[in-house]
Amino acid sequence: MIEVEDLNVIFGHGGGAIHAVRDVTFRVGAGESFGLVGESGSGKSTVLRAISGLNPDWTGIISVDGEAQRQRRDKAFHKRCQMVFQDPYGSLHPRHTVDRILEEPVAIHGMGDADKRIDRVLREVGLGPQFRFRFPHQLSGGQRQRVAIARALILEPRVLLLDEPTSALDVSVQAEILNLLKRLRSELALTYILVSHNLSVVAFMCDRLAVMNRGRVVEEMDAVTLRRGEASQDYTRQLLRASLGYDRAAADSFRDFA
Amino acid sequence: MSDLKPLLNVDNLRVRFPSRDGFTEAVRGVSFTVGREKLGIVGESGSGKSMTGRAILRLVPPPGEVTADRIEFDGTDLRTASERRMRGIRGRGISMVMQDPKFSLNPVMTVGHQIAEAYQVHTKASRSDARRRTLEMLEAVRIRDPERVFGLYPHEVSGGMGQRIMIAMMLIPDPALLIADEPTSALDVTVQMQVLAIMDELCGGRGMGLIFISHDLNLVASFCDRILIMYAGRVVETCRADELRSAKHPYTRGLLDSLPRLDETRAELPVLTRDPAWATAGDPKGGAT
Repeated sequence: MIEVEDLNVIFGHGGGAIHAVRDVTFRVGAGESFGLVGESGSGKSTVLRAISGLNPDWTGIISVDGEAQRQRRDKAFHKRCQMVFQDPYGSLHPRHTVDRILEEPVAIHGMGDADKRIDRVLREVGLGPQFRFRFPHQLSGGQRQRVAIARALILEPRVLLLDEPTSALDVSVQAEILNLLKRLRSELALTYILVSHNLSVVAFMCDRLAVMNRGRVVEEMDAVTLRRGEASQDYTRQLLRASLGYDRAAADSFRDFA
Repeated sequence: MSDLKPLLNVDNLRVRFPSRDGFTEAVRGVSFTVGREKLGIVGESGSGKSMTGRAILRLVPPPGEVTADRIEFDGTDLRTASERRMRGIRGRGISMVMQDPKFSLNPVMTVGHQIAEAYQVHTKASRSDARRRTLEMLEAVRIRDPERVFGLYPHEVSGGMGQRIMIAMMLIPDPALLIADEPTSALDVTVQMQVLAIMDELCGGRGMGLIFISHDLNLVASFCDRILIMYAGRVVETCRADELRSAKHPYTRGLLDSLPRLDETRAELPVLTRDPAWATAGDPKGGAT
């Protein structure tokens, strides 16, 4: 479904240039859920933004649904491939009602039948019709993230790109959103790429994952291997150890990986 | 933990804010003591955990109102202490590390001067003395090149380094008690562990007391000695950190269950169903606010 080959992203020019993503290659099959894991600055979100078309400064090959993508994307691409962002407080227009937020993509893509679509998509994400005419400030963080997911789903995409979709939420709300995303994937046969710094979230959501550090993919593994804690690279092992909670000896042994 | 008398005694702490229809109560009758130990306060957003920390140092912004039967630190009643007295206590007696270094450091002052200032305010140290102590402190929080970092401005340092600088600033007056409000939640896991190791060392080495406020149950369970679990402005459960796994309150249990695990095999995560009784249980007025 998604093929990324030798992806490189460089920001800036000359001496101040930052090589954010270096020779990243991976494939995600149709209906698969793929995780991109790493610490801040590892380039995981940059990869996602390059795939989504939000970041035009890339070189290499990105192909979605068998079509090689260029720097600029057409409307049809955005109908197939939608993104959900980290911060539900920042990604919804504060002065638009839920109805208007959801109506806009339908109008842009000329899909028609907005009324029925909005009604249906709100049910799909577990919000009743009573939320339709509310403003974002009248919703909780979890409800906002449901609206953001609804906005992505209303175009009936095949691919969802998820950038830390639950890291701004409380754990009890995180559980609800993760369950929702998991159910939607199986009901609608979606393909996911999930970016997260939380290995446990990835273990719950994904079939396979790539671990990134300083712009490179350090290791690709399947979720079964992750759950067993059998990483082959030192960097991944350190990340796994840090995720298990505080351990004085472990903290003292941590080092930087170039 | 020790048999000495506790550093801080808090009894029936309440924080409320006026709202359109009466008052919104952020903290509703919280009581606890802290000795020379690591006490964790855990809860979700809106549980009142941060307000509890702020109320101790009288940092609740107006129009918020704080009442308590007792807030006593080292023999001083913090409810009635003069502002002058409070300024002496803040920093030297009790200091506080906030969540985000971006908003807590002075952007137009080099980090070295900020830390040195924190030292000079509380001791009559000379400038060169303060500089020397600052460099030592930067080294203690594992900053590799303290001389260079001394002269940097806050925007020139990374998040992890900013947080370590904050911790250095809060520790340089040698406080008896440190209140750390989500000190590591903006950091990557490996840096987080290293920052915790620094605080751990200081608690063990100096006999400092620590109130560690966090939403991260697993982290608190592995780091602290004792845990208070807060829900809707009150403490619903207190337990030893190593006994969190056998916690009894349905809220604590629900939170623990709803966390995905590294060895996750559940197809679905259990969702927390909130019982309105949790918010009112033990309320003398039966939940009337």
